[in-house]
Amino acid sequence: MDRSSPPVLRVSNLCKSFGALRASDGIDLDVRTGEIHALIGPNGAGKTTAINQLSGELSPDQGEILFNGQNVTALPVQKRAQLGLARSYQITSIFPAFTAVENVAMAVQSKQGQNFRFWAKARADRARIDPAMTVLRRMGLENVAGAIAGELAHGQQRQLELAMALATQPKMLLLDEPMAGMGPEDSRRMTEILLPLKDHLSILLVEHDMDVVFALADRITVLVLGKAIATGTPQAIRNSPAVQAAYLGELR
Amino acid sequence: MANSTLSRKSLVLLLGLVVLLALPPVALALDEAFFISLFSRILIYALAAVSLDLILGYAGMASLGHGAFLGVGAYVVGILAFHVSEDLAIPFLPGAWTGTTSAVIAWSAAIVMSALVALAIGALSLRTSGVYFIMITLAFAQMLYFFFVSLVTYGGDDGVNLEQRNSFPLLDLGDDTRFYYVCLAVLLGFIYLCQRLVNSRFGMVMRGCKQNETRMRALGFETYKYKLACFVIAGAGAGLAGALAANQSEFVSPGLMHWTRSGEVMVMVILGGMGTLFGPVFGAIALLLMEEILAAYTQHWMIILGPILILVVLFARRGIYGFLAGDGGRDG
Repeated sequence: MDRSSPPVLRVSNLCKSFGALRASDGIDLDVRTGEIHALIGPNGAGKTTAINQLSGELSPDQGEILFNGQNVTALPVQKRAQLGLARSYQITSIFPAFTAVENVAMAVQSKQGQNFRFWAKARADRARIDPAMTVLRRMGLENVAGAIAGELAHGQQRQLELAMALATQPKMLLLDEPMAGMGPEDSRRMTEILLPLKDHLSILLVEHDMDVVFALADRITVLVLGKAIATGTPQAIRNSPAVQAAYLGELR
Repeated sequence: MANSTLSRKSLVLLLGLVVLLALPPVALALDEAFFISLFSRILIYALAAVSLDLILGYAGMASLGHGAFLGVGAYVVGILAFHVSEDLAIPFLPGAWTGTTSAVIAWSAAIVMSALVALAIGALSLRTSGVYFIMITLAFAQMLYFFFVSLVTYGGDDGVNLEQRNSFPLLDLGDDTRFYYVCLAVLLGFIYLCQRLVNSRFGMVMRGCKQNETRMRALGFETYKYKLACFVIAGAGAGLAGALAANQSEFVSPGLMHWTRSGEVMVMVILGGMGTLFGPVFGAIALLLMEEILAAYTQHWMIILGPILILVVLFARRGIYGFLAGDGGRDG
């Protein structure tokens, strides 16, 4: 993590209301280059709403999102993805009828372009398949490369989704509860996969499992009722009276 | 896959091809020439159904306006022939062109025009999805239908008669057997084209859009662009089917664009097997044969067809082709 470099993601005064509910209430957030930044908060705090605005699936009512210094607030999902902002979803989002390697190959193809090729067979195209296999191997999924993605175990599907995000060679990952529904073994594996990633990219991580958060995060932002009430190192967050009152206290 | 022995799928396809190739001589030998024109019509609708399946089965766009492109293709042929027989310059075109009966020119024009209409309809319709997409494509097709109904110059409700079929150099399409083989060749050519298409990079994007468009966008794909391109290709295919249909019956009417016609083509796709290239052909054969046979007994033949369709949707979701070809027929 480089403290002196400008943040890869800078969010200022992000506001989003659904009727009377203020799901994002003036959120300010910086994610530094090469950091894993966790976004935590009780249920209904507005974490997924925030992620969806960062990825472009929701447009904020107010506020500004800078990605690598570029204002992306008005850009749609696909444009942000092309700039290198990839995401995973809280509910697994893959191509269930494709094989695992085809899922990742779609991500590779997105990065490579040439999507208006109408004639040559795509499934035999090594330029698509080889990089996809490389990513699968990195995730330990090479053994299920030929399996239909919809028939994989839940934990493998979560890993596959992360593999797809990584195959687009992003500069930053938005991970919405990557461990959701995983057993302790899969969860531990996922932690091992995520930790070395910050050598190449920055991660904003929404996660409920506090063990995971404290194991992975360089910094933590606490969201309560749409407001970012504290940001700091795991140690500082653990010791913050405001956070304990609002959030951690509930768990004990 | 590529076994040395024939797979069940190859066997079904080979058998189908032999039947279709042998049909005209057999029909003539049995003195039932009527079957040649019936099966010409079937092949033409199969072409339209395959083109619909590109967007419905592969890209997940349920369009209920595919008849529009069928009609546009047919009217291009009809109008060009009309101007030849009346020796009348075509309005809005430079050079006082009095139309053509050349198949090469007229069919190409039909493809281009229906592609352009598909581009316009698709560009607007694809801003919606799901049930809204169904309704808006239906609405556009009905608009075209009523436009041609009120176009008195070209017969309005009654349509346009062709004095004769279009002509190729050295090939007389007036002969039903020859016309049949032309339809078969066009259909097979189109299926081959689609086969390459759905397995190409572009085809993978189409399939991705069908399965999970949100994920496609999150991966950075401009899904709108690819879906529109697919919609235009499908429209062009249906336009070619329309051009053939005009030649087959030597008659063009707005009925081709009516929404029930679009529905019929969709039924062929579902009945035969969505998301396969050969399924719609089986669907077209089944539907039109059933219509022909049942209609001989009762004019309420749809009462029988309806329950059959429901049974297929409920119990044979991969359609007739999926049923015949077994697991090999799967192509998702």
